[in-house]
Amino acid sequence: MSVILNAGEISRALRRISHEILEKNHGSSEVLLLGIPTRGALLSQRIKVLIEEIEKSPVLAGTLDITMYRDDLRMRPPRTLMPTEIPGGGIDEKHVVLVDDVFYSGRTIRAALDAINEVGRPRSVQLAVLIDRGHRELPIRADFVGKNIPTAKDESVRVHLTEIDGVDEVLIEGRTSS
Amino acid sequence: MKNLLSINDLSKADALEILDTAVELSRLSENTVRKFPTLRGRTVVNLFFEDSTRTRISFEAAAKRLSADVINFSAKGSSLSKGESLKDTALTLQAMGADAVIIRHSASGAAHQLARQEWMKGSVINAGDGTHEHPTQALLDAFTIRRRLRADSGDLTGLSVGIVGDVLHSRVARSNVLLLQKLGAEVILVAPPTLLPVGVDSWGAQVRYSLDDVLPLVDAVMMLRVQRERMEDLFFPTEREYSRNFGLNLERMNRLKNTAIVMHPGPMNRGLEISADSADSHQSVIVEQVANGVSVRMSVLYLLLGGATARDLNLSSAGGM
Amino acid sequence: MNLHVANAKNVKGLATELWIESGKIVSQPTNGVVYEDIDANGLTLVPGLVDLHTHLREPGREDAETVLSGSQAAVAGGYTAISAMPNTFPVADTAGVVEQVFRLGEHHNLCDVFPIGAVTVGQDGKHLAELAAMYQSEAKVRIFSDDGHCVADPLVMRRALEYVKTFDGIIAQHAQDPRLTESAQMNEGVISAKLGLKGWPAVAEEAIIARDVLLAEHVDSRLHICHLTTAGGVEIVRNAKKRGIKVTAEVTPHHLLLTDDVVESYDPVYKVNPPLRTLKDVHALREGLADGTIDIIATDHAPHPQEAKDCEWNAAAFGMLGLETAFSIGYLTMVKSGLISLETLIERMSTKPAEIAQYLYHGKIAVGTKANFALIDLKAEWKVDRVRLHSKSRNTPFHEMVLPGMVMKTFHNGALVFDRKAKL
Repeated sequence: MSVILNAGEISRALRRISHEILEKNHGSSEVLLLGIPTRGALLSQRIKVLIEEIEKSPVLAGTLDITMYRDDLRMRPPRTLMPTEIPGGGIDEKHVVLVDDVFYSGRTIRAALDAINEVGRPRSVQLAVLIDRGHRELPIRADFVGKNIPTAKDESVRVHLTEIDGVDEVLIEGRTSS
Repeated sequence: MKNLLSINDLSKADALEILDTAVELSRLSENTVRKFPTLRGRTVVNLFFEDSTRTRISFEAAAKRLSADVINFSAKGSSLSKGESLKDTALTLQAMGADAVIIRHSASGAAHQLARQEWMKGSVINAGDGTHEHPTQALLDAFTIRRRLRADSGDLTGLSVGIVGDVLHSRVARSNVLLLQKLGAEVILVAPPTLLPVGVDSWGAQVRYSLDDVLPLVDAVMMLRVQRERMEDLFFPTEREYSRNFGLNLERMNRLKNTAIVMHPGPMNRGLEISADSADSHQSVIVEQVANGVSVRMSVLYLLLGGATARDLNLSSAGGM
Repeated sequence: MNLHVANAKNVKGLATELWIESGKIVSQPTNGVVYEDIDANGLTLVPGLVDLHTHLREPGREDAETVLSGSQAAVAGGYTAISAMPNTFPVADTAGVVEQVFRLGEHHNLCDVFPIGAVTVGQDGKHLAELAAMYQSEAKVRIFSDDGHCVADPLVMRRALEYVKTFDGIIAQHAQDPRLTESAQMNEGVISAKLGLKGWPAVAEEAIIARDVLLAEHVDSRLHICHLTTAGGVEIVRNAKKRGIKVTAEVTPHHLLLTDDVVESYDPVYKVNPPLRTLKDVHALREGLADGTIDIIATDHAPHPQEAKDCEWNAAAFGMLGLETAFSIGYLTMVKSGLISLETLIERMSTKPAEIAQYLYHGKIAVGTKANFALIDLKAEWKVDRVRLHSKSRNTPFHEMVLPGMVMKTFHNGALVFDRKAKL
């Protein structure tokens, strides 16, 4: 198991992503951050704080649980639902920025798009991820990426965040060091 | 969990999971999303041998909001309909590929019979069997109490719930006594001795004959429906006497704590066990119970059918999916 | 039939042998007669068991059982005499019907079938049936019962008890107060409260027993209590006997073993009338049978077709099979548990029933009597398979249980009517 991103690197990546979001969307007024629980939601909170520091004005943020929309539900016992909180005005006409920790096959985001479809009609949907590890199985791409890390399929990427894991770090398992 | 036949099928953790999931689903339904694709392709059958529009519609709404296909099978036989009817019906449903059967029947134990391995591969949900149990009613009752008195989280420790009326013949009472105690609440049963079963002392609940004495003590009072026919079997002499001693009216409402809530599983006999103004008072949560029923039933259906089921595993090992 | 049964053990465990000539037991072989040799191989020789409570269903419900299939089940269980209860269609309340059943038994010639006559016409509980005519018929009925129903009207019960004194008859009561047990499904208690099934309280049985022993005392008649099931009932019978009242009582094998918590499965195979009761009752019944308060074991063999048991509890019929498993259950609950000896068990299952009913050629191994006996392997164990029982029906509560004691051969009037090995 090796650490590929430490706390400082994570922090810098999030800061850069925050700036990129603001740049692409010409500010934060039309932006709505939606974190995918569990860790995507935590990252989304951090991005919200950073954006509000930069812009000196509030930005809308919430969470979107995608459990009910997964395409692999029938392969194992039912999963516990996580909270979904959409800010009061809904998502219509907003630039929704989905936030997740690791971007892999793309199926999670596909499910998130289905969920968003049920909730309303945003002006656009963008995707911010901390780690992109490749191996897409669907034609989906991220707009904002913390770090690109090429991986083998038999490796696994773990994101730890202080709020629940006690430390900020990104680890790779299964890689023989080189 | 394959079947929900009795509250005894659930551990405390299972019950809380059902309630927590229902909380999430009800919040989504209120604000955001009303329909989920989660049970798409699953077939749910409503097998109602007894009339009950209210419960059937509740289950139907729950199943449809999860995108399941719903088939309604209203088999109103007499309570003495014998032999093949339950078994043959089960085998037919099995052949039709039902993933879940929701059964309401006038015979206690009918859900257990249906769930026999040889008959049904799908899940069986007991929607009320005779005078035995009605698990989803107890779950929505607990959900309602928890929402009003515990802000939708945790268990019911420290709360006291009164259940009043025909306990002897009530499946709602049996399921509620089991679930409320499982969740840490104290239960007080109030009824004339004729309407309490021999053996009720083993239930762990307090038993009292005076409604007036109990009302100031409870955080929730659950009024059970009393059938007028019980008078014929000499369970009480007249409706008037029953109502006078065990009916909830405005005067009795004043004995309740300000924070206490009034519940009823429905349908109500307004004027017999509950007066019209009690039923319509601001402390009454009777209408909320009905709404909560859909979320709770969605939760049960999700947890039973949302993940891999025994049928899925059988089918996949047989090579298909 | 001339037989020599050698190498057997008797009920006391001592070596024994039997000489049988023309179907009767003789003290020694006669010169010049050829005897067929039966090597008992150490098996235990017992007088054929006698059942005073059997439902043969014929006439009327031949889909569940017939006199033939019932007799086949009986001899497979070591019985050489059974008593057919009258709740058939039509009810056995006339000389005509009891003779029909009696002749069927004779015709099949596997065991003796003694009809029990109904107490009231159609078992309606109101009008006495022609009891004397049934006694005077070929069937020579001495025991009368409305089993399935209680003779609830105290006046009717009194008259019946008085009337049968003419021919030393017995009224066998199914003790169940109808008003206290309307639509009852199982024993009233903690389990019935939990399961939401209507209760059948012990008092409904005990109140009738108490009334009837007092009636029997008052009119000096013979009373028999069918299928006793409660501790309270045992007490009443014990006290009645102390007072010299002419009461006898029976207990079924299933009430010696099963308790009402098996009903939690809602499997109607456990639905029976009177119902399974509590552990306290089971213990009292065993003690009562041990000390003789309860005189005999009687099976209450009650066959039912599959559809009558393959349904929800409320719709299911009451009753369990019993003939083929009776000895094993008696042996398990009473002898293997150390309560009584094998000798006493055979008293309860053969000698005493024959004595109560006055079945002359049953209940004992003695010179001069017809050779009605069975050979039992006490050491063997067998697994009950409901499909392989000899009854037409399958409703045994002991399916898949492994039981001790296997009947290997049964002889009726000296003829071999059952051979376990021949089945294979």
